[in-house]
Amino acid sequence: MQKFRLATGGDIDRGHPVRFEFNGAPLEGYRGDTLASALLAHGRHLVGRSFKYHRPRGIFSAGAEEPSALVQIARGARTEPNARATVVEVHDGLVARSQNCWPSVRFDLGAINNVVSRLIPAGFYYKTFMWPPTPAAWLRYEHWIRRAAGMGRSATSADPDRYDQRFAHCDVLVVGGGVAGLAAARAAAGGGARVIVCDETPRWGGLARRGASSVPIDGAPRGDWIDTCVDDLAGAADVTMLSRSTAFGYYDGNLVGAVERVTHHLAAPLPPFAPRERLWLIRAKAVVLASGAHERGIAYPDNDRPGTMLLSAARTYVERFGVRPGTCAVVFANHDGAYDDALALRDAGIEIAAVVDPRDDAAMAGVDVRRARDAGLPVHARSLVLRAHGGHRVHAVDVAAREGGKSQRIDCDLVCVAGGWSPAVHLFSQARGTLRYDEAIAAFVPDASPLPIVAAGAANGCFDDALLAADGTAAGEAALALARGASPSPAAVARPPRAPGAAPVEPLWTVPAPYGAKRFVDLQNDVTVDDVALAKREGYQSVEHLKRYTTLGMGTDQGKTSNVPGLALMAAELGTTIPAVGTTTFRPPYTPVTMGAFPGAHTGPHVEPVRRSAMHAWHASQGARFVNAGLWKRPHSYPRTGESEDDAARREAINVRRNVGVVDVSTLGKIELQGRDAAAFLNRVYINRFDSLAVGRCRYGVMLRDDGMVMDDGTTSRLADTHFLVTTTTVNAVRVMQHFEYLLQVAWPTLEVYATSVTEQWSAAAISGPRARDVVAALVDLDVSNAAFPFLAVGACRVRTADGEVPGRLFRMSYSGELAYELHVPTVHGLAAWEGIIAAGAPFGLMPYGTEAMSTLRIEKGHVVVGAEADGRTTADDLGLGKLVNAGKWCVGKPLLGRPALVADDRWQLVGLTAQHGAVMPRGGKLVADPDRAPPIPMQGHITSWCESPHVGAWIGLALLAGGRARHGETLWAVSPLADQRVRVTVGPPAFIDPEGTRLRG
Amino acid sequence: MRYSAFSLAREALRGHRDWPRAWRSPPPKKAYDAVVIGGGGHGLATAYYLAKEHGVSNVAVLEKGWIGGGNTGRNTTIVRSNYHLDANAHFYEFSLKLWEKLSQALNFNVMYSARGVLNLVHSPADIDAAMRRGNAMRLNGIDAKFMSREEIAAWIPNLDCSPHARFPVLGGLLQPRGGTVRHDAVAWGYARAADALGVDIVERCEVQGIRVEGGAIAGVETSQGFIATPKLGIAVAGHSSHVAAMAGITLPIESHVLQAMVSEPVKPILDTVVTSGAVHFYVSQSDKGELVMGGDLDFYNSYAQRGNLPVIEHVVAACLALFPSFGRLKLMRTWGGIMDMTMDGSPIIAKLPVKGLYMTGGWCYGGFKATPASGFLHAHTIAHDAPHPLNAPFTLERFAEGRMIDEKGAGPYAWAH
Amino acid sequence: MMLIPCPWCGPRNQVEFTYGGDATVERPADDAPMEAWFAYVYLRDNPRGPHDEWWLHSAGCRSWFAVRRDTRTHDILASAPVGEPLGERAP
Repeated sequence: MQKFRLATGGDIDRGHPVRFEFNGAPLEGYRGDTLASALLAHGRHLVGRSFKYHRPRGIFSAGAEEPSALVQIARGARTEPNARATVVEVHDGLVARSQNCWPSVRFDLGAINNVVSRLIPAGFYYKTFMWPPTPAAWLRYEHWIRRAAGMGRSATSADPDRYDQRFAHCDVLVVGGGVAGLAAARAAAGGGARVIVCDETPRWGGLARRGASSVPIDGAPRGDWIDTCVDDLAGAADVTMLSRSTAFGYYDGNLVGAVERVTHHLAAPLPPFAPRERLWLIRAKAVVLASGAHERGIAYPDNDRPGTMLLSAARTYVERFGVRPGTCAVVFANHDGAYDDALALRDAGIEIAAVVDPRDDAAMAGVDVRRARDAGLPVHARSLVLRAHGGHRVHAVDVAAREGGKSQRIDCDLVCVAGGWSPAVHLFSQARGTLRYDEAIAAFVPDASPLPIVAAGAANGCFDDALLAADGTAAGEAALALARGASPSPAAVARPPRAPGAAPVEPLWTVPAPYGAKRFVDLQNDVTVDDVALAKREGYQSVEHLKRYTTLGMGTDQGKTSNVPGLALMAAELGTTIPAVGTTTFRPPYTPVTMGAFPGAHTGPHVEPVRRSAMHAWHASQGARFVNAGLWKRPHSYPRTGESEDDAARREAINVRRNVGVVDVSTLGKIELQGRDAAAFLNRVYINRFDSLAVGRCRYGVMLRDDGMVMDDGTTSRLADTHFLVTTTTVNAVRVMQHFEYLLQVAWPTLEVYATSVTEQWSAAAISGPRARDVVAALVDLDVSNAAFPFLAVGACRVRTADGEVPGRLFRMSYSGELAYELHVPTVHGLAAWEGIIAAGAPFGLMPYGTEAMSTLRIEKGHVVVGAEADGRTTADDLGLGKLVNAGKWCVGKPLLGRPALVADDRWQLVGLTAQHGAVMPRGGKLVADPDRAPPIPMQGHITSWCESPHVGAWIGLALLAGGRARHGETLWAVSPLADQRVRVTVGPPAFIDPEGTRLRG
Repeated sequence: MRYSAFSLAREALRGHRDWPRAWRSPPPKKAYDAVVIGGGGHGLATAYYLAKEHGVSNVAVLEKGWIGGGNTGRNTTIVRSNYHLDANAHFYEFSLKLWEKLSQALNFNVMYSARGVLNLVHSPADIDAAMRRGNAMRLNGIDAKFMSREEIAAWIPNLDCSPHARFPVLGGLLQPRGGTVRHDAVAWGYARAADALGVDIVERCEVQGIRVEGGAIAGVETSQGFIATPKLGIAVAGHSSHVAAMAGITLPIESHVLQAMVSEPVKPILDTVVTSGAVHFYVSQSDKGELVMGGDLDFYNSYAQRGNLPVIEHVVAACLALFPSFGRLKLMRTWGGIMDMTMDGSPIIAKLPVKGLYMTGGWCYGGFKATPASGFLHAHTIAHDAPHPLNAPFTLERFAEGRMIDEKGAGPYAWAH
Repeated sequence: MMLIPCPWCGPRNQVEFTYGGDATVERPADDAPMEAWFAYVYLRDNPRGPHDEWWLHSAGCRSWFAVRRDTRTHDILASAPVGEPLGERAP
């Protein structure tokens, strides 16, 4: 039974009742209702509990600015905390409940905080909880503080819904679809502009949608004007209309972020594939900000009792939703504009017990004041509401003359406050717009922005219903000019039009009250007038200090109804003006935005792209375990049934040394260089020479950063006189390419060299082991004998595959230290070539091996890895590669290599380590002389790579050790306190197998 | 007035009317024994320790806006000392030890919450690096623990620890004493304590020039007039280059924007600080209940204190990849700070090449956790005209000498650290 | 979200680009003294205001080019191909 639903009126669909649940009670509303309006239709005002004092709270507003009526909606994985009841649209199956209360919203144990509130004023926590003086003590306090704080609850299982993202471009973006916004959009569209207009609500027309009593627009009734305007816009080819879409932030390059709530208002089952929300990234040439304004409260004692709401909200509930938010109202207002609202409430059958106005009779000159008086509304001029009475619902207020004297108690079940309006200037401010304090409306209004943004309507400080459309039209025309290239100028921001004789708002932020009476400024965070005074007293006087010390405006509403009153109270405390106190920054987002909407689909498994080689499916089919290598997935090992990953890697490594193995090295970066100066370029990039490299040969090279540290390494092949193929490490492929491009384009533009990344174009496999030649001979059309194709030879070839013969390149190079070849084929043939290798290798015992076995093999050989040994702090000399630095030529990084600390004897240098027989080398172990002394224990070096070497028959490692090259033969401790491991290790050269290189040359 | 539960109760009876100002707001004197530019945590801490440890209390802190208004009030409040390189480890551990006793030392609850900082690892190479770092921490006497995937899954139930995640959690390096500190309280606490020792904190006083006479500092030109001093400390974070240039010094620093963001407050859902290098993300839950999140720089020089959407998208994407159940929480506020990025990722706390001129800066978005140690050592360096052993490595000259302290090994690219 | 004017491709979303840092530091000659290289690699004016900087159109034409951008506002004042003076073409 919707006791408070009016018999007629409202923009709701009475033909479509909907059933929802609030705090377990089944309730009914209509399509078009918000949760707030539907609750009010049942006379339910008590919705939640406040953040700090757990005071009962009701519905304060009718829109996005709501500080109090926050609820938890839905259940399970779809539950959403802190939903504003004033914007949640009811639908069948909606489940909502009060939050931040236990056991119930009516009886909340947390309300003990209200009883002891004198002990916990603003910032109390900075002054206490410091005993006993240990960090553990605060953790215990914090445990209870955290439980008391917070608001709603997060889901605990993954959000099952989808989110979408969309880019859009337009000439003019209109933010806000009220009268001013619609007029602006129509003006811009009429001038031929591509227009997007968005509004955070489901209905066009804004506040003007209400009120048959209101002023006509262009001679037409407001509803008709809005409908016509919307029809015109909807029918225009180049106009996009986005309702339920909040423009939340203004970013560089005139990009406005907006979020469209696509399915929030729909009952299950939802349309298939519909995203829950869609993030719009709108690049506009010009923006019209017609985002309206937020009405403000007045801080009198117990101004938070449920049944207290903004006057405009009360009117909205009556006229937009056909709901009476009370039966008997007291209106507390400080400006003429309130009287039309008060009359509208009366017209809906709400008894107006009093209109309390602090102003002198003389100041109350507006036509609506006279109308109200003529209609018999009891107007109390020069009066204040001194306090409210009630608990879960207001039931009376005390009213007294401003001068003081005896107060009069007036019974009521609704208090409507109208403390003036604050234009929603958020996006204007984010667009680097300056604000101006407008005394006439006691609010900040847009002043000037260097960017093409124009404010219109209430956002521009225009509160005269008769002038809104004209202000919007002017803004639309101004935006059109900006979109066509006019420069933004202060003049582009028109001063808000005012009807002559409009009475100014009389600023009234609070009323006198005894100590202990709670006059709330920020309803959500329970910030009172006394808190502001305390902040002033203690010196937290700048706006940001006030905000941070008291938490004013820091709640989910970000102070939309409280920031201006808060700083006005501070100004009063300081005896200065409001503009002298200033405003806080309007940080995005304008209203909270669902996190899921930001990445859209680009999260979970898609948070970063996955790179897979052409052979990935084969690896997977053979049971490969994959590891991340940058964005790539690489096979770690190929465990057989019953085999552990480590055992598999060991088997694979042994097989390479005994027979032959193949590893997918497609992930290596590959860059082709062509051009007259390619050799000269390489000479300048690498520490070693490349101009002396013969065609058909390859060479290992090391490149440095500008600061002289090793950047990357790899093999470079000379395919023709002016044609080279450079390989890079997997992780540095992108970086090296950018480095080359920078050098070629910026540093040495006269060099004629063209660099092209071909990483994606070529698949690559390394075939290693004593039988490698047998395998390769069976695959390619080259003579691969040692004489014809010696170590470091390179040649183009044809590769026999199941696809037939495909072109390829064969390289005789070795990472494992064995006789080895690298075979590159175009990626399209990668899988076929790989399968060809597997088949050709079968007679020779070939097995695939993964990165783990590859690592074992290279550690045994003493090859360094960028990232482990070359950790960004090592020079080539540190890695034992100093001999490669060609003394006869310049290269990148060389000039700074001579810095004193880079040539010191005690630098950490690459060594090999062998663990005491049978002992396990600790992962990430550090090298120390005496592990038993008390910390800090000086570290002489650390293990960079290690493995259990099948070849050596012990755990070995590579390490960086202070002055290491001179310390071969020493023993040290390798320790891992994390793993509680320590082992004696012997220092030696960083090569455990075939240091002379006979195997790889064989 | 001393802060305590007792004084709170007593004041409650008096209507909280007798609380004095936390710090005075005096006009600047004509001259001071030392002047610190920058009223953030570092500058205020410098002044506090000058007065407290060195008896130099005729000190002014000059702040162009309001104290704590820069990065002190814009960071994600994480404190930790989980560093690999000795110089960093010793420095940040010294800082963490000061944090542990700071509330009592200042008589201002800065809410040091030792809830642990967990660095997730997602690849075998990550594990190696984390083990190397953790072992170095332990040998340096710093707490560290390697946690297995199973331990993490049990401890942080909302974290996606499934092997099918894009970046599967393979384990993590935990520093149990790491955690969070209430950032604003640090500025206010130091300000109040320094003020009590006689330090003048002068807000809305912008330094417009540095006067050098005969190769030595003579004073500063400010928006409130000339202030003479023989010793001048610079603690202005993102504006270090600008201020140092007033003394003719060019720094190896670039200023970049780093964004941070908070969700709406919710009941406790995350009890520790979680970070992931692979997805460039860190998150904790504030005592109010907000998830406090950050990620990478925006990657362009900036003094704008705001950034752009791609980073926000990336941070939230990373958050949801790790915590898929947070998808329906709402982002409430985003902002940016100006990061003083050095060319090796480590700070400069040192004498500068003008007599009487010192700086602490180059924080590379790690400055908050350093605040106490930075102030302590900056004060020491100013008082003795020589560095303390703990900040001796953090010189300006280290770059020319090749003694970079490059924790990430990222090289001389300011935005890479 | 900055709109960066690639001299070859026109204005594009910032996500297509990679930052390359200060474009005012002059690369010394190969045989320049170490001090010159030190200044080139390490020292930056780091201005509050117009800043000439390199960008790479990494997800586009892969050209490096110069941009003059105000570091206080992110406003882009000019862009130019390598070798052409900034300020002569408006974005």
